[in-house]
Amino acid sequence: MLKYREMGYWEPDYVAKPTDTICLFRITPQEGVDPVEAAAAVAGESSTATWTVVWTDRLTACDGYRAKAFRVEPVPNAPGQFFAWVAYDIILFEEGSIANMTASLIGNVFSFKPLKAARLEDIRIPPAYVKTFKGPPTGLIVERERLDKFGRPLLGATTKPKLGLSGRNYGRVIYEGLKGGLDFMKDDENINSQPFMHWRDRFLYVMDAVNKASAATGEVKGSYLNVTAATMEEMYERAEFARELGSVVVMIDLVIGWTAIQSMSNWARRNDMILHMHRAGHGTYTRQKNHGVSFRVIAKWLRLAGVDHLHAGTAVGKLEGDPLTVQGYYNVCRDSYTRADLPRGIFFDQDWCDLRKVMPVASGGIHAGQMHQLLDLFGDDVVLQFGGGTIGHPAGIQAGAVANRVALEAMVKARNEGRDIRVEGPEILRRAARFCAPLQQALDTWGEVTFNYTPTDASDFTPTAAVAH
Amino acid sequence: MMTNPTGRITQGQFSFLPDLSDAEIVQQVEYGLRRGYAWSIEYTDDPHPRNTYWEMFGMPMFDLKDAAGVMQELRGCRQSFPRHYIRMVAFDARRGVESIAMSFIVSRPPHEPGFSLIRQEGPGRVVRYTVHSYATERPESARYDE
Repeated sequence: MLKYREMGYWEPDYVAKPTDTICLFRITPQEGVDPVEAAAAVAGESSTATWTVVWTDRLTACDGYRAKAFRVEPVPNAPGQFFAWVAYDIILFEEGSIANMTASLIGNVFSFKPLKAARLEDIRIPPAYVKTFKGPPTGLIVERERLDKFGRPLLGATTKPKLGLSGRNYGRVIYEGLKGGLDFMKDDENINSQPFMHWRDRFLYVMDAVNKASAATGEVKGSYLNVTAATMEEMYERAEFARELGSVVVMIDLVIGWTAIQSMSNWARRNDMILHMHRAGHGTYTRQKNHGVSFRVIAKWLRLAGVDHLHAGTAVGKLEGDPLTVQGYYNVCRDSYTRADLPRGIFFDQDWCDLRKVMPVASGGIHAGQMHQLLDLFGDDVVLQFGGGTIGHPAGIQAGAVANRVALEAMVKARNEGRDIRVEGPEILRRAARFCAPLQQALDTWGEVTFNYTPTDASDFTPTAAVAH
Repeated sequence: MMTNPTGRITQGQFSFLPDLSDAEIVQQVEYGLRRGYAWSIEYTDDPHPRNTYWEMFGMPMFDLKDAAGVMQELRGCRQSFPRHYIRMVAFDARRGVESIAMSFIVSRPPHEPGFSLIRQEGPGRVVRYTVHSYATERPESARYDE
């Protein structure tokens, strides 16, 4: 292996500049590879180095282009794993381009043979680089103003079944959910334009449902119309049609890629549209602790790239997520200034420089019986999405929506009154159910459902337990 | 009478709960004051979902830190507009928010006529939608009379 350390990629005395990007990697060197040498190699392979020395380096001020590993520490309770801190000069990254930044930071380096595994745990993005991004087109504050909904989490549901409904049948689910009391309905990530339902048909029926529900309740309502498609041209066409029909929100999937995301963000800005991001695919590289990219880094990049909603986990639902780690993702979305917070997996202070805030979305296997836990974990600025927990209600979709909305309002009211909802939550729900039969039915149906598994991705700095009742 | 599950307009934080008593309103006001919000009171006889600007009953009470004072304003508003919608609005002026932090309806007309949906059919199956408030068919200040 090359001596990256001697080539200038290891500088233990380096003092990071305020304009530097700092990455924290978790590395697992191959047997016999020195951790400092491995850290230097990461710095090298994610910036200027190639596998041999090239004389053309001498044509550049190469000191400045080299990333610098400046600190290596063993990961607590994880033999063979090390944290490596690497600093990158601001000249390395094109302004306003996540594609460019990721091509360096998670490019070749993740396939580098001397490492068994590598994971980008966290990133500090300097204000000078943050300010080259426009960020969320709407942001959660303006979203609330547009929707006229304040002081409580928003409520949503994903239309089920995910696949197979015709446009006409699909719109029925939207109408029932929204009239019943939800703020949003949502296309699923893999609903695009399949043989059973072409996208124009879906958009037309959904918007009839949205407007009908708005008239029935006197509230602004929305349904995330998924515009994900094979090409940018097709995505723009679908988004334009959603706008023409008066939708307040469109949706994209993470799998469309960074460039497409930033393009759609710009489109949403030009068209006063809320941009909903479903993180489809992220689990392939965020879930395993030893290799990939932490979701907190993905969340930071998405806030820069500019999305308004981001699925960020539920902690108590069916999908992966240790409660404190998930709270860390939420803070990255919503903070004006994120403080280092090791139990929540946050290694760096991060100034967001007044970039708008992303509304996190909690979706996947949650139900009304968990309302106290959800409100306690995530506060008001979140969209709580109960898909099965709405549509699967024994008395129907409207009843499911009513149960969720009553549970939510009762819990917010009780919290504001100074009640300790963590302890009194179940009792608050039972009392609310006395005047709301649909809530009682929901509690009877799902009250005991929990997904209590040990998370694979928890902080290295605190013992964690899954959330129980 | 509206046909949604509550039979009424569901704007605001607590429309799905039984009407808040004055004592319960006080608790919400105190919660807002503890968090440094400024309360204001707004009323309307046009609760269209996109009618952002309800009438202000006086200025936002930026310097009022006592729930009793807020409730006195509410009593005044209810006396002046006994058949209007009235909402309590809390404003958070901190940097990065500078917006409304709480909003809930505390008075409603005795009958809530609701809205109709007007559809104008266009080409290609596109429909233009208008949410129309039945109450606005009557003149201002006479919209919720018997």
